[in-house]
Amino acid sequence: MVSVNNNGNSSALIQVRGLNKAYHRGEEEIQVLQGLNLDVDKGDFVAFMGPSGSGKTTLLNLLGGLDVPSAGTISVAGDEITHMSSSRLTEWRARHVGLIFQMYNLIPVLTAYQNVELPLLLTRLSRSERRRHVETAVSIVGLADRMHHFPRQLSGGQEQRVAIARAIVSDPTFLLCDEPTGDLDRRSADEIMALIEELVDKHGKTVLMVTHDPIVAARADTVLHLEKGVLVEASKSRQPAVAGLAGGAA
Amino acid sequence: MKFNRLILANLFRKKIRLALTLGSFAVALFLFAFLAVVKKAFTGGADLANARRLVAINRVSIINPIPLSYRDKIARIPGVQAVTHNNWFGGIYQDEKNFFPQFVIDPENQRQVVPELVVPEDEWKNFLKDRQGAIVGARTAKRFGWKIGDRIPIKTTIYGTGGAWEFIIDGIYHGQRREDDETQFWFQWDYFEERVPERFKGLVGWYAVKLDSPDDAVRVAKAIDAEFANSPYETKTETESAFAASWVKQFGNIEFLILTIGSVVFFTLLLVTGNTMAISVRERTGELGILKAIGFKDGTVLFLVLAEALAIALVGGFLGLGLAILAIPALASALSGLLPNLILSKSMLTAGIGFALLVGAASGLLPGLGAMRLRVVNALRRV
Amino acid sequence: MAIPVIYNFRSVKARWTSAIVAVLGIAGTVGVFVAMLSLARGFRATLVASGSVDNAIVMRAGATSEMMSGIGLDSVKILQDEPGVARVNGEPLLTSEVVVVAPFPLRSTGTDANVQVRGVSPNVLTVRRNVKIVQGQMFRPGLSELVVGRNATTSYSGLTVGNKVRFGGGEWTVAGIFDAGGSAFDSEVWCDARVLDDVYKRPTNIFQSATVHLTSPDAFQEFKDAVTKDPRLNVDVSREIDYYAKQSQTMTRLITVLGGLVAAVMAIGAVFGALNTMYSAVAERGREIAVMRALGFGALAVVLSFLIEALLISFVGGAIGCAAVLPLNGFTTGAMNWQTFSHLAFAFRITPSLLVGGIIFALGMGVAGGLLPAIHAALRPVTAALRSL
Repeated sequence: MVSVNNNGNSSALIQVRGLNKAYHRGEEEIQVLQGLNLDVDKGDFVAFMGPSGSGKTTLLNLLGGLDVPSAGTISVAGDEITHMSSSRLTEWRARHVGLIFQMYNLIPVLTAYQNVELPLLLTRLSRSERRRHVETAVSIVGLADRMHHFPRQLSGGQEQRVAIARAIVSDPTFLLCDEPTGDLDRRSADEIMALIEELVDKHGKTVLMVTHDPIVAARADTVLHLEKGVLVEASKSRQPAVAGLAGGAA
Repeated sequence: MKFNRLILANLFRKKIRLALTLGSFAVALFLFAFLAVVKKAFTGGADLANARRLVAINRVSIINPIPLSYRDKIARIPGVQAVTHNNWFGGIYQDEKNFFPQFVIDPENQRQVVPELVVPEDEWKNFLKDRQGAIVGARTAKRFGWKIGDRIPIKTTIYGTGGAWEFIIDGIYHGQRREDDETQFWFQWDYFEERVPERFKGLVGWYAVKLDSPDDAVRVAKAIDAEFANSPYETKTETESAFAASWVKQFGNIEFLILTIGSVVFFTLLLVTGNTMAISVRERTGELGILKAIGFKDGTVLFLVLAEALAIALVGGFLGLGLAILAIPALASALSGLLPNLILSKSMLTAGIGFALLVGAASGLLPGLGAMRLRVVNALRRV
Repeated sequence: MAIPVIYNFRSVKARWTSAIVAVLGIAGTVGVFVAMLSLARGFRATLVASGSVDNAIVMRAGATSEMMSGIGLDSVKILQDEPGVARVNGEPLLTSEVVVVAPFPLRSTGTDANVQVRGVSPNVLTVRRNVKIVQGQMFRPGLSELVVGRNATTSYSGLTVGNKVRFGGGEWTVAGIFDAGGSAFDSEVWCDARVLDDVYKRPTNIFQSATVHLTSPDAFQEFKDAVTKDPRLNVDVSREIDYYAKQSQTMTRLITVLGGLVAAVMAIGAVFGALNTMYSAVAERGREIAVMRALGFGALAVVLSFLIEALLISFVGGAIGCAAVLPLNGFTTGAMNWQTFSHLAFAFRITPSLLVGGIIFALGMGVAGGLLPAIHAALRPVTAALRSL
């Protein structure tokens, strides 16, 4: 269950309390997040929406341990990450977070298989164990037949699927998606969202997604708006993709 | 090592650039080997020179002779193990360009004083019996295709106008160490004395003295010179190393010149490869950000960059040194007669690889540190 | 329509680190190239300057250097009367000479160098017209006095006017210093040949060479023919200049080969560096090039633009390289002339033509390093370049 109002402790998977983040531009201090709270349970699918510059990506970066807040705490599965050292944070991120970006961010000189394998290189798994995980991830995203292609040989949608496979291959605690369909045409976007839904429904993944597209956001279980530095609940029901719009896109 | 794939893939990202950087390393290492070899050729005599041997020449000048009669007096000085005498023949074989050193030797004592140049026993025995016999070093023999039994005419220029002297090759000597001089041509003292005009008889170019122990060097040298002081033929005796060193010093600034060129090469190479690494890292900022986002540690990223640089350095270095190993013998034969042995020793090769690795590490360090300190959020924003 | 050169200037400035790399690579190579050649040139110039075109040197037939030659006094007397020999007041301008080697300590290291000591006839200055006494006076015949060359005074210790030196078993006084126009003689010590024979216990009637001053440079052939046909003589005659040119052969060849090799290898390295820089330029500016081509600048304009940039960089590199070695000009160093077994001081000789050669070499490297990348840039399809934005 997702909540933005809790102040005390809860049994949620992800707990955020009083999160502040400020940026300094010269003399000015810009307060992006102010006293933000958030609870997310295992298996939740949350979308964050908000106007450009509202701090959605900042929030995602903080949740993923890619940045440190000015104040407040973030706990994931009992680990408090806000005061972790940089290297511990990196370790933590490798173990717990799967990242999916707007631009697929695959390494162009590696094949799809090798890209997916990357997070596993940080573990102690043997070559054959790694292969098993990679093949599983790749088949979940439906790209088994293109495993050994290079990114430049794949379409946009396929590239994003490889990115998703990379994000899930080490079975992270939760997935963070930053505009996962931002660069895709409507049809590919649909496919990707269907895949993400499948990850949540069939495989029980926890997904936090940032998007500016209301149609994409609607596919999440919960949509939260980032306003004035805090999260505000919008709606609680999942809406299926609007068929008309999907068919009309080029 | 599981990061192999990533490192290799990154290296081959831009094949032309890889080839050029490898080429730069190869060229620099080739030059390094070449310079080391030339330096050794010029100064090596001093290293090789025996600490247990003295050289006695006429104090007036090296081209003046000393009497043969001095031999026994030298042999009697305590600390002297063996004495042999030599003359420089300096003749011409067919053409001036075919220069090789010819020495008149004293067969009785030669091998005691100069044991490192080895003649097979049976060949030596034949030589002793043959008045016109000659022993030639393996390198010279190879150069002219001489075999045992060949008759070699050598024209004398210093010792009268007797035209060509004929010798029969009875043996071929080899040096025990790689650096030993295998170009010399030796023939019998008796034959020399016989044929040479009156005014040259009984005179020796220099004496080579073998000591019981290197510690005696200074004392014995002084003793020899004292023995013949104030005589018509005063001597100047010094250790073989000092003798060789003073020849080298007359060359003045060879070492300095070589060091300068070497440094120029080192810094240029560092610049080129450092710049290449910097450009290549700059291009990959986004990707490095991804790696860090996925969970690659700062240290790992530094390691990846360094590994790339070192890989290029090693491969390029091997290429260059390999080329040197192939080319230097060819060069040696082209320059034969002009320079002594050109040898690429194991220590030079090791030093070369060390140099390459040093440059590789140095060139990868700055970009690597930059990559290490890259803030993920900034890197990703650029994408 | 050509791409304005100001674009190149600004681009180079923007990528100044890469440009500096290429510049320094080329500068280093050109520097080494010019230095090596000037070394060889200096060595050769020193020796060649030792000869005059109107002097002939006579040695025993077959001798390749003075040290191996021997001419008797009787032969010298015959030579004096041969046609072509210049005379002053009826006296033939001929100097009969003996050359030996004596050890003198080098000022720089303190160790001995083999110095060429030349016993000459007292009238030697009339034969060798470009030798002048600049300090003190000429040695007096029959006495153990010396005149020393300019380089000999500076390279070896103890050879100053008025000083007494010991060599050859005798004591000598330095009477004067001569200037031989930068030739090999400047590294020599001269004395009376007869005195030298005496001190070195050489037979007094045997010389090693005779040098005659000819009536004119054209008289050489006449002199040579007469001498070689003369049945009483067994000698070789060559123009002094040719003899010294030949003397320098071995060393000059060695320096040229070694130096040439070093420079060649460095040039390859410099070209690699330049190629790297230019290819990186093309890569980093792919966008700009695509835009310019889309705007209407043709492929040729792009090629020219990059070539000009490469030439710019290499010109600067060449200029820096030449400027860096220029201070070496005139710097004296010493070497062993193996053909005479003696130490020879000579100077780096950087001539304008050598500098020009260096710049051309640099530009050549620039073209080699810039051409391929330039063509690469020009031929890349505009659409592909734009897409990679």
